[in-house]
Amino acid sequence: MPTSMTARSAKRGSAGNYGFFGDDHGTGGASQRVYVTGMIIALGGILMFFMALTSAWVVRRGLMAPDWESVRWPAILWLDTLILAASSVTLARSRHCLAAGHSEEYRQWWGVTTILGLLFLAGQLSAWRQMSNAGLSLASNPASSFFYVFTAAHGLHILGGIAALLLVAFHSPRHLAPATASRVVALYWHFLGAIWVLIFALLIVEG
Amino acid sequence: MNSADSTLQASSGRPLGFLRRYLFSTDHKIIGLQYFFLALVAVTVAIILSLLMRFHLVWPAAHLPFTSGGIMTPEQYLALVTMHGSIMVFFVLNTAPQSAFGNYFLPLQIGAPDMAFPRLNMLSFWLTLAAFLVMLSAFFVPAGAPISGWTAYPPLSGINDATGPGEGLGQSLWLVGILIFGVGSLLGSINFISTTIDLRAPGLTLMRMPLTVWAWFVTAILSLLAFAVLFAGGILLMLDRVAGTSFFLPAGLVVSGELEMHGGGSPLLWQHLFWFFGHPEVYIAILPGMGVVSHVLANFSRKPVFGYRAMVLALGTIGFLGFTLWGHHMFVSGMNPYSSLVFSFLTLSIGVPSAVKTFNWLGTLWGGKLQFPAPMLFAVGFVSFFVTGGLSGIFLAQPTLDTELHATYYVVAHFHIVMGVAAIFGIFAATYYWFPKMFGRKMNEALGKLHFWLTFAGAYSIFLPMHFVGIAGGVRRYADSTGAMYLAALQPLHLFMTIAAFSTAAAQLIFFYNFFASLNRGKPVSANPWNATTLEWATTWPPAHGNFAGQFPSVHRGPYEYSVPGASEDFLPQHLPEDASAPHDGEQNHAN
Ligand code: HEM
Ligand SMILES: [Cu+2]
Repeated sequence: MPTSMTARSAKRGSAGNYGFFGDDHGTGGASQRVYVTGMIIALGGILMFFMALTSAWVVRRGLMAPDWESVRWPAILWLDTLILAASSVTLARSRHCLAAGHSEEYRQWWGVTTILGLLFLAGQLSAWRQMSNAGLSLASNPASSFFYVFTAAHGLHILGGIAALLLVAFHSPRHLAPATASRVVALYWHFLGAIWVLIFALLIVEG
Repeated sequence: MNSADSTLQASSGRPLGFLRRYLFSTDHKIIGLQYFFLALVAVTVAIILSLLMRFHLVWPAAHLPFTSGGIMTPEQYLALVTMHGSIMVFFVLNTAPQSAFGNYFLPLQIGAPDMAFPRLNMLSFWLTLAAFLVMLSAFFVPAGAPISGWTAYPPLSGINDATGPGEGLGQSLWLVGILIFGVGSLLGSINFISTTIDLRAPGLTLMRMPLTVWAWFVTAILSLLAFAVLFAGGILLMLDRVAGTSFFLPAGLVVSGELEMHGGGSPLLWQHLFWFFGHPEVYIAILPGMGVVSHVLANFSRKPVFGYRAMVLALGTIGFLGFTLWGHHMFVSGMNPYSSLVFSFLTLSIGVPSAVKTFNWLGTLWGGKLQFPAPMLFAVGFVSFFVTGGLSGIFLAQPTLDTELHATYYVVAHFHIVMGVAAIFGIFAATYYWFPKMFGRKMNEALGKLHFWLTFAGAYSIFLPMHFVGIAGGVRRYADSTGAMYLAALQPLHLFMTIAAFSTAAAQLIFFYNFFASLNRGKPVSANPWNATTLEWATTWPPAHGNFAGQFPSVHRGPYEYSVPGASEDFLPQHLPEDASAPHDGEQNHAN
């Protein structure tokens, strides 16, 4: 893939070499750093979003309303958790290869990560199907409502992650250095992995 | 995402066509103006809605052309309440101080060529505009706009038109509008925060940033965290409405004689999610104004801001505390009295940083060589309204008093003075102050002063009597209070407030006239007409696409070095080199 991934960190005058702690990274540092900053900020917002849903879940469960029915979650969720964890490992591996200059292996592991991401989504879809075969829809009871809301919200984020993985692989924005692109995507991807662990723990503890 | 360097390419390339330049622009200055004009349209609509309400309160039986059968129904009144509040809060008080002025001036004040992600910035604006149109369209669907207020409490907001006209499609459109607005705000705040962190000019350390930049920065953090929560709550509410879930809808609910098929959800859960957003939201409206006021007071007192560090700390403290005290909106919800006590203490403690800000503003004025052009008048007016509104807040913060006052006009008076009027005075101060930078001319001073005095007197005339109506038990959200005897006795006050409201609204025509007339006929001015110190004045007018024509400033001192002893003039611009005892270029870079 990434022949398009030429490092082209544009310089922008003297503006923007001044980071949060006043560190000056010199040539064009800011134009690359700002993508990382932007992603970290975005993750803060996404975290708040999932925390709000989480607290809604905990409060709703805590009401002890009679309509809450515990649900047996599809077993494939365990497998899916493993797949997502594996994808984090392969992504780290890929970035390691990039740093070491092994661009061929970097591309391979990057591809493996993408495929694992797709597998995860397929697994989630099949969990949905099992749920609905068991007669549990979005409106059946609060536990299943939260299940669908969480998996849909997380799944959409994963879908975005897959789009980003593909974009970097085939058509990386030209002002984005490969190291930056892969770092930004990795931040996002690992974060979504952690969020999934949180969701899965909630399913088990609060479901 | 696209970094700021595309901006420079655009500026070096061929001239952009009209569409790319004014409509689909990625230039933060154009986007700032787009937000500004959106807010101007929104405020006009929302003021008209409020005048209709004021009219109806005094003459409830009068015939109005657009109502069915000629007389406004209570539901139509509630629809006006809802839309007036929502448009004002989201499309005026969020949009003008933060999105409009922040977009225009944050990059200029930190010496950056543009926002960090210009295309994302454009997307934020278009989402905001779409949100406005979607929300407004609720007026034009058959059953009309929703009646559940800007807080949209379920169950009323959570079912369908069985709960009232406007609660069908109208409420859904409202909710979709809010969700779109939320996305726009989230993207906008990512841009503001990243830009402030990474694109500051060399030498511009955090503690040299103008207080406006600090305010926009803190506000962006609040927006990011708060709107993410509203977004989550909004999705759950939407699902309750359309997908039959029961997050917020309790079991055994009977609406219009029919049992609703919902489970054991909790309306209070919505209140918690909403106010966790809602309280930071009121600070999102006011913090940028605080920044502008500090900036303007220093400029026209010819003195440094008193206690700069304390001002920064107070902004941060207010921002942080703002996330801990949402429960003060829910004192009467039946919460545990011990929880009320905690929320009450936290609420009262926000008085401390608020007082720090106020005293430092007074300290800035103290002993200054005061000048009173229109922006300064509005800045001082802001302080006045902020104090008045803060004082009524202290009463509301006591659960025992709030039990009496909660659903009355006292609350309406409180938040209109502190959030409505004070924030709008901040917007006016910013408009008069930065008009020369945005349009190369000054607004007319005499008209500005007239506008100030009429608005100042008018706003107090509307909202001071409102406190008494509230204390006397005048209930909030009632379309007609002539029926109950103890309320009917308050009608003379209502009449007075209505007259004041119409007069104050009329006074705004002066502003509109002054604004549009000055675009072409205002007095042309130099690049730094107020003899100010910060970087937005260090570039030409109009600032080119890319802002500093390739010569980016570096910063050598703090933002408010006015009347420094021994300096040749009474202001030292931030970009002026250290050794510059030589005459500086404050007057040299005139544009035209
Ligand atoms: C010392 C500072 C303040 C205190 C102690 C305070 C306290 C309160 C309390 C306790 C309430 C709830 C009243 C009720 O619903 O029964 C309230 C409502 C409100 N406050 Fe404040 N407040 C303060 C400053 C502000 C500021 C600075 C703003 C906005 C810029 C603001 C905006 C509002 C709004 C919009 C509401 C009403 C929301 C609604 O019910 O629709 N307040 N305030
Ligand atoms: Cu509040």
